[in-house]
Amino acid sequence: MAAKPWGVRVRRGATTLSFLAPALIGIAVFFLYPLGSAVYFSFTKFDLLSVPQWVGLDNYRRMADDPFLLQSIRNTLWMVVVFVPVRIIGAIGLSMLLTQLRRGAGFFRTLFYLPALVPPVAATIAFVYLLKPGTGPVNHFLATIGIEGPLWFNSPAWAKPSLVLLGLWAIGDLMVIFLAAVLGVPSSLYEAASLDGANAWQRFRSITLPTIQPVVLFAAVTGVIYTLQYFDQAAVAGSIASGQATVGGGISSNFGFPEGSTFTYPLWLYTVGFRYSALGYANALAIGLFVVALGSP
Amino acid sequence: MTAVLDPPAVLTAPTPDRRIKRQRRMAWIAKHSIAIAISVMFVTPVVYLVLLSLMTSDQALTADYWPNSWHPENYVRVFEVTPLPRYLLNTVIYAVSSTVLVLLSSVPAAYALAKLKFRGSNALFLLVICVMMLPPQVVTVPLYLMWANAGLTGSLWPLIVPALFGDAFCIFLLRQFLLTIPSEYLDAARVDGCGEWRTLLRVVLPMARPGIAAAGLFQFFYCWNDYYGPLLYTSENESAWTLSLGLASFHSVHHVDWNLVTAATVLAMAPLIVIFFFAQRAFVQGITLTGFKG
Repeated sequence: MAAKPWGVRVRRGATTLSFLAPALIGIAVFFLYPLGSAVYFSFTKFDLLSVPQWVGLDNYRRMADDPFLLQSIRNTLWMVVVFVPVRIIGAIGLSMLLTQLRRGAGFFRTLFYLPALVPPVAATIAFVYLLKPGTGPVNHFLATIGIEGPLWFNSPAWAKPSLVLLGLWAIGDLMVIFLAAVLGVPSSLYEAASLDGANAWQRFRSITLPTIQPVVLFAAVTGVIYTLQYFDQAAVAGSIASGQATVGGGISSNFGFPEGSTFTYPLWLYTVGFRYSALGYANALAIGLFVVALGSP
Repeated sequence: MTAVLDPPAVLTAPTPDRRIKRQRRMAWIAKHSIAIAISVMFVTPVVYLVLLSLMTSDQALTADYWPNSWHPENYVRVFEVTPLPRYLLNTVIYAVSSTVLVLLSSVPAAYALAKLKFRGSNALFLLVICVMMLPPQVVTVPLYLMWANAGLTGSLWPLIVPALFGDAFCIFLLRQFLLTIPSEYLDAARVDGCGEWRTLLRVVLPMARPGIAAAGLFQFFYCWNDYYGPLLYTSENESAWTLSLGLASFHSVHHVDWNLVTAATVLAMAPLIVIFFFAQRAFVQGITLTGFKG
């Protein structure tokens, strides 16, 4: 390929740059620069009022004996192992059901999708209320059929399963992605399988699932990434559920309630940085999160 | 849209006899019953919330689900006894300005990534994906310090200003959409003597409207729902709180008035549901677009 004249190349480069300039500045100022500072800050000790002081690897050593950190890692792992697969299975189930409906598939699809539109904070408040241990309607209903309901968001064992329920309710986005994938499976494959006498489950196992496998993988990866930054619902559930037990202090004073069972990794990071003002240590936690997030896909 | 959803033909035997017919009718009933049962589970929380918001505050503390008396005036009272108007205004300012700015700054970048050849375009795209995928909490502390040094924490500025410089997810989504526009159209415009900017404005923008609509909707919804950003930057100054932040703190201020809390909650989700019904197509298209490329 003959080289273009120098002037043309510069002009073309300038045009391209004019398209990209805002984004380049954005990535540099709001991503690369803070990422670099986070690495530096992670070797220092300071709060909002003091100047960063070099402490070497102290912050990283401190991670080893931080019981809440260990708990938040365990909570986040729990979410990766339970929350992500449950949501994927639920979304596949719903989209399979939708493709099977002869009547009103569009109507049902809209209904299934709607909860995904509810703001996470609003949805969390609603679920804390629905699942209130004493007077909540769910436990009330369970009592009428003779089951003693759990303490849900007020119990260390049930708080995370309650968050999974909340995540299942707002499954619409994932369902739409799987629905598109399931509808993309060539119907000739199903026809061939039916002629060979395959039943519905066999058709699902040997045709649908292999065909949508890339989407399952995509959902798993994005699910893990979503879980690594899972914050809003855990923060709101903890502070609202605790607010019923004790008269609440300031805003969101009870992250992690009950007994740290809803401390996700990012929530603990936020608490360390902005409740305890241990900004150096918070940055070390941030670098830890960065390494895990980079490694996860 | 229903046409798209026609089932992948459950195959019929050439001469279905009575038994098969009955079996299929049973299957039909079973599937639709399951769908109805699931719908009820999906809709109940919202219906319940609406009913609760119409009760007296005393009844809202009981396990009742049907109001003894109806109190639509709760929706007026919540505006009077809480700073809801302020929260609402802040949320609208944040969501609208951020959406407009993000589109203005992201469309050109997405166009360059999708349609212009330049050195390092792959590396840049990879970087955009990195920014999109990484948890925002990684860079939270340095960013917060940056805004604190500028004296802008406690205001909406730290939430709005970054929108001037593009958003990774928005750029990604728009790029995916722009890739689907055949390059022949652009070449034709260039042959006619259009510069790249004119090509973008005159040729690409009109064709990219569905993609831009989807990206804009996502950004608007993201801002409307955002809790982490406002918590981080505006906690210290209540007059800059958004709806999410205000809702989450209602319990401490008005912790007995569940009817008002739920009324505010219903008000926070109502606009989104209305917008969704008007823009359902753009929405579903957008979600599908995000799922195409892993």
